[in-house]
Amino acid sequence: MVELVYAIMGIGLVAYTLSGGADFGAGFWHLVARGPRRAAQRALVEHAIGPLWEANHVWLIFVIVMLFSAFPRAFATLGVAFHVPLVLALFGIVFRGTSFVFRSYGLGPLADRTRASWGQLFAWASVFTPVFLGITLAGMSAGRVPQATAAVRAQAMPLGDVFTTFAVLTGLFALALFALLAAVYLACECDDDALRRDFRRYALAAELAAGVLALTVFLLAESEAPLLRARLGESAVFWPLQLGTAAFALGATLTLILDRVTWARVFVALQVGLVVLGWGAAMRGDLVLGAVSIHDAGTRPETLAAVVPILAGGTLLLAPSLVFLYRLFARRAH
Amino acid sequence: MSDLLAARLQMALSLGFHIVFAIVGMAMPLLMAIAEWLHLRTKDPLYLELAKRWARGTAILFAVGAVSGTVLSFELGLLWPTFMEHAGPVVGMPFSLEGFAFFLEAIFLGVYLYGWDKLSPRLHLLSGVLVAVSGVLSGVFVVAVNAWMNTPSGVTFEDGRIAHIDLVRAFFSPAFPSQALHMVLAAYASVAIAVLGIHSWGLLRGESRFHLAAAKIAFAVLAATMPLQLLTGDLSAKHVAQHQPIKLAAMEGLFETKSPAPLAIGGFPDEAKGELAYAIEIPYGLSILAFADPKAEVRGLHAFPRDEWPPVAPTHTAFQVMVFAGTAMLGVVALGAWLWLRRGGFWKSRRFLRLAFFATPLGVIAVEAGWTVTEVGRQPWVIHSFLRTRDAVTPVTGLTLHLAAFTALYILLAGVVITLLRAHVFAAPVDADPNAKAAPGATHG
Repeated sequence: MVELVYAIMGIGLVAYTLSGGADFGAGFWHLVARGPRRAAQRALVEHAIGPLWEANHVWLIFVIVMLFSAFPRAFATLGVAFHVPLVLALFGIVFRGTSFVFRSYGLGPLADRTRASWGQLFAWASVFTPVFLGITLAGMSAGRVPQATAAVRAQAMPLGDVFTTFAVLTGLFALALFALLAAVYLACECDDDALRRDFRRYALAAELAAGVLALTVFLLAESEAPLLRARLGESAVFWPLQLGTAAFALGATLTLILDRVTWARVFVALQVGLVVLGWGAAMRGDLVLGAVSIHDAGTRPETLAAVVPILAGGTLLLAPSLVFLYRLFARRAH
Repeated sequence: MSDLLAARLQMALSLGFHIVFAIVGMAMPLLMAIAEWLHLRTKDPLYLELAKRWARGTAILFAVGAVSGTVLSFELGLLWPTFMEHAGPVVGMPFSLEGFAFFLEAIFLGVYLYGWDKLSPRLHLLSGVLVAVSGVLSGVFVVAVNAWMNTPSGVTFEDGRIAHIDLVRAFFSPAFPSQALHMVLAAYASVAIAVLGIHSWGLLRGESRFHLAAAKIAFAVLAATMPLQLLTGDLSAKHVAQHQPIKLAAMEGLFETKSPAPLAIGGFPDEAKGELAYAIEIPYGLSILAFADPKAEVRGLHAFPRDEWPPVAPTHTAFQVMVFAGTAMLGVVALGAWLWLRRGGFWKSRRFLRLAFFATPLGVIAVEAGWTVTEVGRQPWVIHSFLRTRDAVTPVTGLTLHLAAFTALYILLAGVVITLLRAHVFAAPVDADPNAKAAPGATHG
């Protein structure tokens, strides 16, 4: 049962990565847009991000609520140990949300200069937030958090243990994956061939960066997160995951080169989804490696029994509504 | 400043900020649905314009509320990890339900905003009604969490831990019915009086059918909810008297147990001396208010251990402010109703419009004060009689710096909101069709 909830949280995290993550990535391209079609690239980014900022970020809230409902000790440990990166990520989320609201609704009486500076804020916040989230995930995997006692009296991790090279590179790896997703999604939104070529090139660059960072993080994990590294490399289950990721990355690269962007979208989604799932599988139910696992996270059987029915009932309501919303937008004239 | 105080202030700031957007998300969709319904009935394009404008304002505030709500979900773990370790499994259920309700509201608000030309009028109105319903539900679910913190039911405590949980009983804790009713009505009345005030200002600047229609709808909602709010307020007082007598004593600044107990108006409680100075006392008032019996005994603060007293001065002052603001709102309703019935409409009286304009923030003030009463009045406990706030706070130090940073952040957010509302709500009516700008897609793809 705890494994089931852990798996559901994993699905939530994948969903957040593929939707909210791509939103962050779009902000990144807003920042680095260049070349003769720079304005058009930025316009496309603004056009592509949802009408309601929270529609995608609701997945993050979902994961957080699941975490404190089912695994309260893990939630408490994270809040203490990774206080600093989480606060910074929170700031990023707030700035991004605010600037997005402002840009979306603040049109009209605003001077272009004001809009541009909000755009800058939006973009920078989009870049920093995934890095801090990635740093937190790296910290969860590194096994450096002291064992939490029954009453959470874990101390905040020393910053030197949080902002390690390994953690920062993991954060950048997260950003590269998000940027990859966004570039491919954006390429699919383009009717204009030249603009689509821009985003295909961006996507290829992101794919390259993600590959390099993945390898670097994997090698660094040898010394920085030895347990995770051992699990990633040991069992017959994980090699297919690794190989699958590589195969999908290759597929994405080829389809991007061949301008089959719809296929590329499928491939990158599979690739990034597998990275997240692979991480979750390697963690094997350790929410904070070496400190809190799903089997000693203060789980209450009464709550666990209620979680699945609530989720099922809620999903029955939400899924058709969401499909309805998407179909409404699909009928939108481009 | 101690870290505990900084954490409490930061939480107070975050909640105080968020509640403004929460009540808008609860109540504003009702107003916009009413406007659209009137459009369907009368075919007057004015109401359509109004519904679109209100929907746009709602969307802005809803989006900011989503941001400030996200902050809160993080802060639960960043500031109060021990509280969440104990309470997480209990409050997780109402919070999950709230998440679903909120997400439904977000989805249907999206449908509403971008579906003007794509849905049949009835279906479109239905999506507006769904926004209103899910908005209220999400508020009710959050109140269920707070009610449980005030009157923790459905759990057994053994050696400092929660030993057994009955989730349904925890959800329907004793404080839940009165708190939920009082909060929903507060949301409607507060938002209605703010909308009335804003459009009264528009009417003062020049006769306009647009502002007139808006002010009428807002007044109708205010008039329908405010008298009921008087009843739920009384219900709440009687509940607190029974279940949290110490909170009642702090609200009233009552130090000595009295029977009959007078109702104190105003005054300055002095905890050190144990007396309430300069208060106007209404004989028997408190006994009637708390127990519906003029001779009933009401326990004062001295009847309780000193280390379980809430901070008396803020609780008492906030209670006075809430009652005063609520009474003033009731006065606006009475006067407006009289003008409407006797003088052919409140909108004909410039004096009333000026009064209504100055009354704009009354509802928000009452809501903030009311939450101060219930939260500060629960101190020193975070889960009543089980976990003290000081034991729930994070061991992380340097929280004063956080408080400063978050204060700056909220000032920025407030600036954004004011700027946007000035552009979209206070500006002269323009074509506020969200489809007029390049409508962004739902998500990628």
